[in-house]
Amino acid sequence: MIEIAIDLVRISHAEKSRGYWMTVARRLTRDPVIVACASIILLIASAAILAPWLGLANPYQGSMIRRLRPIGTAGYPLGTDELGRDMLTRLIHAGRLSLFIGLFPVALAFVIGTTLGVIAGYVGGLLNQAIMRTIDIFYAFPSVLLAVAISGVLGAGILNSLLSLTIVFIPPIVRVAESVTTSVRNLDFVDAARASGAGAMTIMRVHVLGNVLGPIFVYATSLISVCMILGAGLSFLGLGTKPPEPEWGLMLNTLRTAIYVNPWVAALPGVMIFIVSICFNLLSDGMRSAMDVRG
Amino acid sequence: MFAYALMRLIYVVPVALGVSLVCFLLVHLAPGDPLIAVLPPDASAQLEAEMRTLYGFDRALPVQFGLWLWRVLHGDLGTSIATGRAVSEEVSRAVGNTVMLAILAAVIGFVVGVLCGFLAGYFRDSWVDRVVTTIAITGVSMPHYWLGMVLVIVFSVLLGWLPAVGAGPAGWDWDWEHVKHLILPALTMSVIPMGIIARTIRALVGDLLSQEFVLALRAKGISEARVFLHVAKNAAPTAIAVMGLQLGYLLGGSILIETVFSWPGAGFLLNSAIFQRDLPLLQGTILVLALFFVFLNLLVDVLQAAIDPRIKRR
Repeated sequence: MIEIAIDLVRISHAEKSRGYWMTVARRLTRDPVIVACASIILLIASAAILAPWLGLANPYQGSMIRRLRPIGTAGYPLGTDELGRDMLTRLIHAGRLSLFIGLFPVALAFVIGTTLGVIAGYVGGLLNQAIMRTIDIFYAFPSVLLAVAISGVLGAGILNSLLSLTIVFIPPIVRVAESVTTSVRNLDFVDAARASGAGAMTIMRVHVLGNVLGPIFVYATSLISVCMILGAGLSFLGLGTKPPEPEWGLMLNTLRTAIYVNPWVAALPGVMIFIVSICFNLLSDGMRSAMDVRG
Repeated sequence: MFAYALMRLIYVVPVALGVSLVCFLLVHLAPGDPLIAVLPPDASAQLEAEMRTLYGFDRALPVQFGLWLWRVLHGDLGTSIATGRAVSEEVSRAVGNTVMLAILAAVIGFVVGVLCGFLAGYFRDSWVDRVVTTIAITGVSMPHYWLGMVLVIVFSVLLGWLPAVGAGPAGWDWDWEHVKHLILPALTMSVIPMGIIARTIRALVGDLLSQEFVLALRAKGISEARVFLHVAKNAAPTAIAVMGLQLGYLLGGSILIETVFSWPGAGFLLNSAIFQRDLPLLQGTILVLALFFVFLNLLVDVLQAAIDPRIKRR
């Protein structure tokens, strides 16, 4: 990943003219896979955001006599869950929390990780050592283990799982940010800026950030699908959202006991996680090749 | 080679220390008094003070860390609050099951992934490439715990061929009664490394084939099988590195799959430790799994350098 990001730096600074981002945008909008994935994500996200106004059934209202209806039951297109709640409604409502859990930690880790990584890469020396060796320790944990450990110790709850996911995604982003910054720092135009009297902050803001943000951003987007799966996984373990809140991972957990009664309804929340995560993965891949001028 | 291995070994010490520190601090991060799980709610102040001294919670944090580390180095991870047995005993029993599962999953993932990756890289932009790329991206995007559920639905609930949960009769033996419990979890776990290895190898082989040494080999009139051998040798260090990392992720991330299949491994143990608020067990399991990962990475680095002499010169 880091090598790819470094490649991107070389390319993006070479092509950094007005035409570059236009080229990228044109490539993105002409790629049918990208357009399809972006549309699917937008559709799911807007349905989730607008859920209360779509005239759907109450996602919390169960019915003891209509539990675990199969897919295609009249009035319940996707069946009902173990408490007789409408699956379609709950799947749409769940998109709110699940998408938030997939996006927010990565966004926060992107901001924190980029800051730390750029500072470490630009300043170098002892500060670099201090930041990077600390990051190495957190990087030495397998991501699932670290997330589960922090969430498990802090206790179940959405805030705790957001916190643990953010901590998990900071180290890889810092590593990428540091390595791209180090490679940009030694380029001639940074020397030229310094020679013409620019201060450290100006160089970092204008010359370094402008060149490293793109690659770090693309790398961060590749983490979204991991975050979706891991975040839903925490809820699946009972460490994230608490019932009765609809969330895909938690729904998968509570429906797990129903696989002997109505297996396909029980599998539905996982389908949603899968669709969203594959779309984010394809988007990220597409963005990487769109920003790669050789591609 | 030896000097490189030694250097790497020395570098592992601070990382392992840091990892231990994080594991130690995790318990102190926990909300509430760590004694709450041990003490009855109506305990007297005197009993509480005695217990505090007994567990060493009255000392300064760095001293506590030092004492804890000293005990850990002697193989004492404390006592499980829930069962009263030694944590080291509980963990070592469970880790064996996880290692077995993870290695099997890694082997499946590695063999299939490497094969697919090579084919896709070799026949770049053909239909083979497209099929492999699709399978690979599906594999890495799949919530594997959900795949586990789907496999249970298909093979246990609908077809009734394989058991849904557990590890079979007590004790392990390589007979069908036990092995049939291993198939579904191992297959489920193999999907992510399979996808990642296939993607890595595909990109790598594609890159290698466009390099000049391949052109030179072909210009010399060497057979395609020999060219393949050259490419394979160049791809091996990266393949091993990725595989080692993935094996580590499987060991550390087994909690989700083990929960789905109630597989009595380290992840399952961790899950029960979390929900029983058994902090010593939680701490011990995390420490063992994390250190496993650290040393696995060390092993991979050294192995990689042994195969590829260019690496240690970096």
